Amino acid sequence: MPDERIPFATHADQTVLGADEIILNMGPQHPSTHGVLRVKLRLDGEKVIGSECVIGYLHRGVEKIAEHRTYTQFAPYVDRMDYVAAVSNGLGYCEAVEKLLGAEAPPRARVIRTILTELQRIASHLFWLGTHALDIGALTPLFYCLREREEILKIFEKFCGARLTTHAFRIGGLQYEAYDELEKDVERFCTPFDKRVNEYESLLTENRIWVGRTKGIGILKAKEAIDYGASGPVLRASGVKWDIRKAMPYAAYDQYKFEIPTGKNGDTYDRYIVRMEEMRQSRLICLQAIENIPAGPIMGKVGKVLKPPPGEVYHAIEAPKGELGYYIVSDGTTQPYRVRIRPPSLINLEAFDKMIRGHLVADVVAIIGTLDIVLGEVDR
Amino acid sequence: MLMNVLHFVISIWVPLVCALIIVAVLPLVAGYIVLMERKVMADMQARLGPMRVGPHGLLQPIADALKLLIKEDIIPDEADKVIFWFAPLISVTAAMLAMSALAIGPWFQIADLNVGLLFIVGISALGIFGIVLGGWSSNSHYSLLGALRSAAQLVSYETAAGMAIVGGLLLAGTLSTREIIQAQNDYGTWFAFAAPVGFFVYIVASIAETNRAPFDLPEAESELVAGYMTEYSGFRWALYFLAEYTNMVVVASIATTLFLGGWLRPFAGTPAFNFLDYLPSVLMLGVGGYCFYRAPKQPVKVQNLFMLAVGLLMILAAIILAAPLIPAVANLLPGLKPGLHGAFWFLLKVGLYIYLFMWLRFTFPRYRFDQLMRLGWQFLIPLSIVNVMGIGVALVLHRHWGWGHLPAFGLTTLLTLLVAGWLGWEEEKKDKEHVFVGEA
Repeated sequence: MPDERIPFATHADQTVLGADEIILNMGPQHPSTHGVLRVKLRLDGEKVIGSECVIGYLHRGVEKIAEHRTYTQFAPYVDRMDYVAAVSNGLGYCEAVEKLLGAEAPPRARVIRTILTELQRIASHLFWLGTHALDIGALTPLFYCLREREEILKIFEKFCGARLTTHAFRIGGLQYEAYDELEKDVERFCTPFDKRVNEYESLLTENRIWVGRTKGIGILKAKEAIDYGASGPVLRASGVKWDIRKAMPYAAYDQYKFEIPTGKNGDTYDRYIVRMEEMRQSRLICLQAIENIPAGPIMGKVGKVLKPPPGEVYHAIEAPKGELGYYIVSDGTTQPYRVRIRPPSLINLEAFDKMIRGHLVADVVAIIGTLDIVLGEVDR
Repeated sequence: MLMNVLHFVISIWVPLVCALIIVAVLPLVAGYIVLMERKVMADMQARLGPMRVGPHGLLQPIADALKLLIKEDIIPDEADKVIFWFAPLISVTAAMLAMSALAIGPWFQIADLNVGLLFIVGISALGIFGIVLGGWSSNSHYSLLGALRSAAQLVSYETAAGMAIVGGLLLAGTLSTREIIQAQNDYGTWFAFAAPVGFFVYIVASIAETNRAPFDLPEAESELVAGYMTEYSGFRWALYFLAEYTNMVVVASIATTLFLGGWLRPFAGTPAFNFLDYLPSVLMLGVGGYCFYRAPKQPVKVQNLFMLAVGLLMILAAIILAAPLIPAVANLLPGLKPGLHGAFWFLLKVGLYIYLFMWLRFTFPRYRFDQLMRLGWQFLIPLSIVNVMGIGVALVLHRHWGWGHLPAFGLTTLLTLLVAGWLGWEEEKKDKEHVFVGEA
């Protein structure tokens, strides 16, 4: 947490700055703050001696909207939070409401959900890799990543007609039966994909400049990461082996074998390695899942009008960016009394100030990139 | 009397016409280098690049220039208006002046100064004033940081580049661009092979000097938005761009002149390689043929015709380049072959050098500022100084002790490489110690 507030660079406040210090406003319109994040940086030359993130430029009141919609009506809204990983958002919400209803999705729906969510994880990580590399100055990986992401989006499009904000799942299961060639399409994407990941790695992993720009930058030790409540790859890169898919399995994750990659130093380089390895693991999960998709119905018994009993529920899933949690309070009507969303991006972003202090301006974009934030999710 | 008048007219008008050509054509050349860059980038990134304006985007630079010309010229309220207005001009003027001493083939040169290379290096270094003043007068923090970075970077890398040039100058024994190329002809080898380490240092330093990736910190897009150009728009912005691309041509020309044999054909002194004389024509014919091949595939009739016109132009160029190879023409105009073919080879080498720049840009991430400084001061500058000493030793061995070229330069190059290895190893060690840990 910043221990002193950073003043605006107005004349009245200039007095609190040292003679060599300036305030640099990065964003909300800046090529590499991943949307509309605004970072106020206190600089001594190029060295960052303090920072403050200003958020809320993309606030749409998603949680408030939920209180005026039925459970079903609210489902598409969650896709607009982390719009780079809409499928994962939908999965979290649907499962949370199912938990509240005491219902369960049938096995076939769960496996298809798992496949699509893992594909979404790959897509999200690909987009992260491209933009992160672009921020650090490598122009080319972005286009290779988008090329592969396109294949995943095509699968989504075939499955549910949408590419970005998919609304792929329904509370209680799936609305759409999987199209005939889903397995084939997933296999066609997954089989060569590990070679593609190797290709990205050949551009970056051993590159001297890349290593210089990422090693030792934005270190978050395991204890600090836990204290900040960081989750997802940010937490795992610090050496904490915590993955909700293993710890509290949901969907169909308990049926598949996969590793949880962890880092050692908790720096930007480790987070990069962890995410690269996660893409490989997601690919393995997809390949395992398409081997045996159980037959059966795709929709559980939830009824036409959703009226959960009064009570509350917290359900978290491992979204590509970390722990995505939904806390839903029901008062027994068709509309939730309160929906609170725990967005991984926002919580991870809180470690930003800790990570950036003492580094240079150039590292600001490296650290924003490595946190993998999406402002739609930070601001909601 | 008549001869005197003729001589006077030639001595005044030829440089003047050349200068006019440079001022008039250079923006176009810069525009097409941008197009080439976008096409090369697209090729490396599995895309097509500009395809809309003209066939294969061939008219894109003209459309861009027009758009920039008619764009509103915004000057920030808080800017120092006079300097803001003036700064891009400094950059462009410096870059263009530097062109004047370059010899693009024996025929095309504005002024053969006896201090040619010194003039070029000195004048092009003035361009930094445009950047620093522009960044300062914008009254914006991004611009200011960009300008500061640029100033520090140029000062550091001018030193390394300068020392690398000194290495070449020791070999040539002259500063005149013409005589430097002549000296390489006399040596029988390009100086890139006599002083490979110097050439390497010059490549790296020249990328940094022209603010190109991976050293494009002054305008690092993802960090400083556009660095010193952040507040500029419209044609003033285009002037900075023009200066940057002109500078690229200038450093590529220096490298070509000093290290790559200037307008000399590869293996100029070896009759066995005389078939290379046909290469210019064959290359042009190839490009022309490709244009004809692509012409019917253009979507619109106009583009079809345009493609045919480009093809015809290429074939015309091929014929002109082939003319000096006909014995009758060669006897009539003995200067034709070195004049035309020299320009071709020079431009080809400049083009390849710029292609190298682009290749690096699309491959590497960007250095951080402290890393850039460390690379400059702790690696390149010591290495370039050792390189100068090495070349000095080699020259003494060769001239006074009667060693052959190969053992003398081979030995010193080997020693310089050893020093380079040692410096790199030390860097590596320091890198490990230097791991940045954020302050609590």
